[in-house]
Amino acid sequence: MSEVSTHGLPQSNQTTRGKLFKLQDLAFHQITMVFAMIVLAALAGIIVSLGHQAAPAFKEFGWGFIWGDVWSIPDEKFGARIAIYGTLITSLIALLFAVPISFGIALFLTETCPTWLRRPLGTAIELLAGVPSIVFGIWGLFIFAPLFSNHVQPIIQDTLGKLPLVGGFFAGPPIGIGILTASIVLALMVIPFIASVMRDVFETVPPVLKESAYGVGCTTWEVVWNIVLPYTRVGVIGGVMLGLGRALGETMAVTFVIGNSSRLPASLFSPGTSIASTLANEFGEAEPGLHISSLFALGFLLFVITFFVLAVSRWLIHRGTKKQGK
Amino acid sequence: MSLYTQRLWINRIGIGLSMLAMAIGFAALLWILWTLFSKGFSALDWDFFTKDTPAPGSLGGGLRNAIVGSGLILFVTTFVSTPFGILAGIYLAEFGDKSKFAAVTRFVTDIMLSAPSIVIGLFVYALWVVSFGGFSGWAGSIALSLIAIPVVLRTTENMLRLVPPSLREAAFALGAPRWQVSLKVTLRSVKAGVVTGVLLAVARVTGETAPLLFTALNNQFYSTDMSKPMGNLPVVIFQFGMSPYDNWVQLAWGGSLLIALLVLAINIGARVIFRQKDNF
Repeated sequence: MSEVSTHGLPQSNQTTRGKLFKLQDLAFHQITMVFAMIVLAALAGIIVSLGHQAAPAFKEFGWGFIWGDVWSIPDEKFGARIAIYGTLITSLIALLFAVPISFGIALFLTETCPTWLRRPLGTAIELLAGVPSIVFGIWGLFIFAPLFSNHVQPIIQDTLGKLPLVGGFFAGPPIGIGILTASIVLALMVIPFIASVMRDVFETVPPVLKESAYGVGCTTWEVVWNIVLPYTRVGVIGGVMLGLGRALGETMAVTFVIGNSSRLPASLFSPGTSIASTLANEFGEAEPGLHISSLFALGFLLFVITFFVLAVSRWLIHRGTKKQGK
Repeated sequence: MSLYTQRLWINRIGIGLSMLAMAIGFAALLWILWTLFSKGFSALDWDFFTKDTPAPGSLGGGLRNAIVGSGLILFVTTFVSTPFGILAGIYLAEFGDKSKFAAVTRFVTDIMLSAPSIVIGLFVYALWVVSFGGFSGWAGSIALSLIAIPVVLRTTENMLRLVPPSLREAAFALGAPRWQVSLKVTLRSVKAGVVTGVLLAVARVTGETAPLLFTALNNQFYSTDMSKPMGNLPVVIFQFGMSPYDNWVQLAWGGSLLIALLVLAINIGARVIFRQKDNF
């Protein structure tokens, strides 16, 4: 009797409990999945809602919206070319400054830095990434721009500005704010991101490769240039693309220093505008109708461009870091 | 010059330039911090924390309404994004090895980490502000949550993947169901890492301005009503920094110093917690 009951009871308990656990696990799986879906839903929501709001502008101007170089609120004529130009040119010039500097930082931190200094210096660069963009903006406007216009721009105009061909890039009054200033501030902002990716991929190089190069008498520079860099090429390009994606979408810092002029900038010293800074400046006061729809269209373009750049970057970085362990 | 000395010189120049690059990066951080202290420290007086933002042309004033508004918006953001991010991170780490859906989610999350924040602001404007009657603190929190969730999600997933399989297997061997293993064993063992992720997410959104411009908007009066437009530090700094009034600019510097100190402190705190994770 007692044998049956002690044998039977736990057994039936076991199965109901097993079923309960199975149900709970299924629920757990489904619930966590729903939360993971939020990210995809946000992406879909961004594309659909921005596209929907932008539809009137795209319908009105067609492809001319992208190529049009008139952005006039009173005339209700909107073309994105100047903003797109400003976004692309500031980001590309920013990369010209940021890529060599990031490479130098990554090289220093992985190859030549004394071990005890690695962590503090690495942290300092990461903290630079943490500085809010609005702080970069206010610093750029009040500190960097005046310094730039008083001490750097005149020197550039007296030297590079006198040369044929390239001289035109540096024409115009040295007012401090403008395309070049925005590019330099952007460069400082994206350096930590590029440097950190480069550092990560540099560390994936198998030590035996570097050691054999050192063994045949290579200098540090030759090891980095001929062994590390070719080995990590894919990841390095991914890091540069990540920096580009970051620079394209940067808003507040650029808005402070780019000058916010909706005319095509004549030189690198001229004020200009970018997609993000146009949005920051105009969206709050835009009247419903074509103006707000055109601003949504700008946002839509910005998102599509950055999404593409970041997707390529992610793919490259993934390929670049996967080598580890092979 | 022999080939050998030539190679030595190229090496010296290359290494020298890399040190210069490091110095530039380090100097930029110090320069910005020094500027913030020298310009903003004098603004941080009693009035700064107890008075509201001044009207155009009036003297004095402080940032009380903006500090409180930012605090409330960040509080809600943290409480929304933490469970969302952690549960989604658990999904990717526990169930996401073979599923295509998880791979896509991971890819999109990585992109959303760097997506332009102003576009998130536009999205929440179109989705929430237009449909639910106007600018509000809630809308601001939603926008910031969308930025914070990917950060929490990715850190949680990465941390969970570091848990040794033996720990999980030991729990399974005791007959524990999967959800209990996830929540009570693996998640608990990476508590420090997850806290780090949450802190980094908070640090990331604390200074975000662009997504708040069209969602929380601004409010020059003291308000704790999340369903109304709400004053917040980043937007006030933007508005005051670009203004022609000296006291406004002064307040903008003070606000910038406050935000930068907060963000850097959270960043450093997150690293300290992460390094001491063995003590948890």
